[in-house]
Amino acid sequence: MSAVLHPHGHGADHAHDDHHGAPHGWRRWVYATNHKDIGTLYLLFAFTMLIIGGVLALGIRAELFKPGLQLVNPELFNQLTTMHGLIMVFGAIMPAFVGFANWMIPLQIGASDMAFARMNNFSFWLMIPAALILAGSFFMPGGAPAGGWTLYAPLSLQMGPSMDAAIFALHILGASSIMGSINIIVTILNMRAPGMTLMKMPMFVWTWLITAYLLIAVMPVLAGAITMTLTDRHFGTTFFNPAAGGDPVMFQHIFWFFGHPEVYIMILPAFGIISQIIPAFSRKKLFGYASMVYATSSIAILSFIVWAHHMYTTGMPVTGQLFFMYATMLISVPTGVKVFNWVATMWKGSMTFETPMLFAVGFIFVFTMGGFTGLILAMAPIDLQLQDGYYVVAHFHYVLVAGSLFTMFAGYYYWAPKWTGVMYNETRGKIHFWWTLISFNVTFFPMHFLGLAGMPRRYADYPMQFADFNALASVGGFAFGIAQVYFFFFVVLPTMRGKGEPAPQRPWEAAEGLEWEVPSPAPFHTFETPPKLNRDATRIVA
Amino acid sequence: MMNNIYKKFEQASIALFAMASTMAWAVNDLPGGPAVRQLNLHPPVTKIAEEQVWLHWFMLIICTVIFVAVFGVMFYSIWKHRKSTGHKAATFHESLKVEIAWTVVPFVIVILMALPATKAVVASKDTSNADLTIKATGYQWKWGYDYIKGEGEGIGFISTLDNAQREMSNSGKPEPTDDYLLKVDNPLVVPVNQKIRIITTSNDVIHSFAVNSFGIKQDAIPGFVRDTWFRAEKTGDFYGQCQELCGKEHAYMPIHVKVVSAQEYTAWVADQNKKLAAKQDDPNKVWTMADLMQKGEKVYAANCQACHQANGKGMGPIKTLDGAAVVLDADAGKVIKVLLNGQNNLTMPAWKQLSDSEIAAVISYTKNNWSNKTGQLVQPAQVLAARQ
Repeated sequence: MSAVLHPHGHGADHAHDDHHGAPHGWRRWVYATNHKDIGTLYLLFAFTMLIIGGVLALGIRAELFKPGLQLVNPELFNQLTTMHGLIMVFGAIMPAFVGFANWMIPLQIGASDMAFARMNNFSFWLMIPAALILAGSFFMPGGAPAGGWTLYAPLSLQMGPSMDAAIFALHILGASSIMGSINIIVTILNMRAPGMTLMKMPMFVWTWLITAYLLIAVMPVLAGAITMTLTDRHFGTTFFNPAAGGDPVMFQHIFWFFGHPEVYIMILPAFGIISQIIPAFSRKKLFGYASMVYATSSIAILSFIVWAHHMYTTGMPVTGQLFFMYATMLISVPTGVKVFNWVATMWKGSMTFETPMLFAVGFIFVFTMGGFTGLILAMAPIDLQLQDGYYVVAHFHYVLVAGSLFTMFAGYYYWAPKWTGVMYNETRGKIHFWWTLISFNVTFFPMHFLGLAGMPRRYADYPMQFADFNALASVGGFAFGIAQVYFFFFVVLPTMRGKGEPAPQRPWEAAEGLEWEVPSPAPFHTFETPPKLNRDATRIVA
Repeated sequence: MMNNIYKKFEQASIALFAMASTMAWAVNDLPGGPAVRQLNLHPPVTKIAEEQVWLHWFMLIICTVIFVAVFGVMFYSIWKHRKSTGHKAATFHESLKVEIAWTVVPFVIVILMALPATKAVVASKDTSNADLTIKATGYQWKWGYDYIKGEGEGIGFISTLDNAQREMSNSGKPEPTDDYLLKVDNPLVVPVNQKIRIITTSNDVIHSFAVNSFGIKQDAIPGFVRDTWFRAEKTGDFYGQCQELCGKEHAYMPIHVKVVSAQEYTAWVADQNKKLAAKQDDPNKVWTMADLMQKGEKVYAANCQACHQANGKGMGPIKTLDGAAVVLDADAGKVIKVLLNGQNNLTMPAWKQLSDSEIAAVISYTKNNWSNKTGQLVQPAQVLAARQ
């Protein structure tokens, strides 16, 4: 009787929720306007893309297992790295967080649904054709785009028709993201239950509010950059084509003006999830709620003035390099505040370590390593050694995989009992955690050494001195991939089928928030009349 | 019992690792290039690189200390403040003093980190007063070096990856080679202890010129010139690789810099000038079919084969030459134009850096090789005329 697969006909005690029940069959999903169904769709879509992007990554790791080209030619190799990046960023991580937002934001603020239910449907279903176009580009003449996920000009001008397909797909995904963000902002600002003031909102809602503003600010910038690429390719403009006076470096400025806030779009909701899980399992309030909100806002604002740290080697004036170096290093201050806050929350708590908490603690530990390598990369002189090398690859996988992906796992384990009405299998959850944590580090830690020793990224073949660490990383990569297949078949699927211990309404002893005020699984409709809340807006008072 | 199992496991894993690392890849450290299982930055041979290595250690130590301190606290808490040990949760939260402290202290640390970095940035950007200026031009997929100012002015050549190594890579079973993918036909030669200014630019897409031991990395951007500099304090061979994704052969355009003493450098310059004089084409010389075919085959192998393949059939988006209309066309002007200007947004790059006789020879070669039996010859004079 899980909300995910069988929403209709849950217990008679909340039958009033069912007066207009869920539609049946395919219509339920295609015509979906219910935030929970759309959230489920987003999460399943994102997981599918995670697997596709993961298979591409394993193609990369298999080729790099030893020197020499054994499996793919350099052209296909570049297609693999490019599509792995695009699919993971735009197809997996961003939609997954939108899925979490759809499921949890209305539940956490006591709203009946998202503000624009039909637009919500549209923003999801737009992603399907976009994903098909993106993934289908492998079968176009000349293969998928091979210019790197950053699509740098003028290399992007040399690509075949698949580049146009990718641009089109990114436009659609961008439109979907913008609609999703507007929906989230309007929902949060207008549909909170009475008494849920802004400074009483759960941290996940706060971080998503800030993220949604970031998205609205920068997705159009990406759209501009790729539209200019498109007109350069087909309509005789020369924005980035140096042969006719264009400026390829301008593309990088525009791209990273989008790209750096994008990095925070992918991590701020993660901070929100962690800021809820750590207090729940420490049985103690978040140490500094207000300072967490301010830190998140500062990170968001700073993210707009650091973009050119991706471009130290393009040859900036010395003042430019210094400015971007200082601004980038400054971001470590609010990020540090967050980490200190989590540790202070755990301090003198009464902790238990169910899987959500394991992933949350694992996140803090491994993400912080990614933060420190980020600080090291921010130093322009050191970056001259490391830019475009494997150290950078290690760094951004530490913040995006150990950062974003680990928190999504944490969030899944934390909220799935509410979504599905059954408890996941704790032993399997723990196996998934340790297996993921260890294989992740086996994959990406050696890449720091490769980067320091000078191995450039996006190389299909490499000098033999790099062979051992590459072999190690490849073995780790495959172990990591298998862990996620295990997660789907042995953890997620059973809960979706409703197999497991029935989840109580409050599966976690000290978890706070309105989502724990509704039964498990969450009924198809919740909070149809605004609930009356207690003083700190965490409970419904009758 | 457990001990025994553990020991066995340990032995097995050591054996496995040793097998993986030594049996398959019996390679040695490459001085000036990567070392086997290298863990840190390259040994520096310039002041800038020395500074970078120092900065990296400085940062690594500070970060490690903070990391250990923060996570020491966290793991202590995880150990002591567990529910299973009966620990009761405290109720404290919010403390303005603590929060101000952990904002201000990191801020101060960041400023302390920024100070030495600023010094290094300013130093690395000062390209003035160079003894020797060299232009490095990125091509898909090779480097062109032109000595612009200083001793050796006027020397210019192309530096390409050793073709045998490229083929070894394709075979999937490369022989253990210490300078695998780093060996070039013509290394860049510079004198020791002199300030060398490198100007970078590109002929097609963005490349990046980098030598780790010198601590330099500078993108080569088409339509723009950028510069960087180094002063090598040791003689020897130093290696780098293109660092900015530039298309399919991105991994195959290494940089090899040979740092030599002042005397050796002077001798090298004299030798180059002699070769340059000998290489000068006489545009009016009329070549025979045999000479053109012989020279054309070499030019093809060095420049065209990577994409168009030895059989001339190309692959993927790379067009076939065997039986291609433009190659067979009686009007040689068409194909000369393609070689001089490139085609398809430079997917077929421009080859104007090749000499007239080289272009004439390679065109004649493609017109009379494989199934192409046109009997047509192209003379250097035709190429020269098309250039104007």
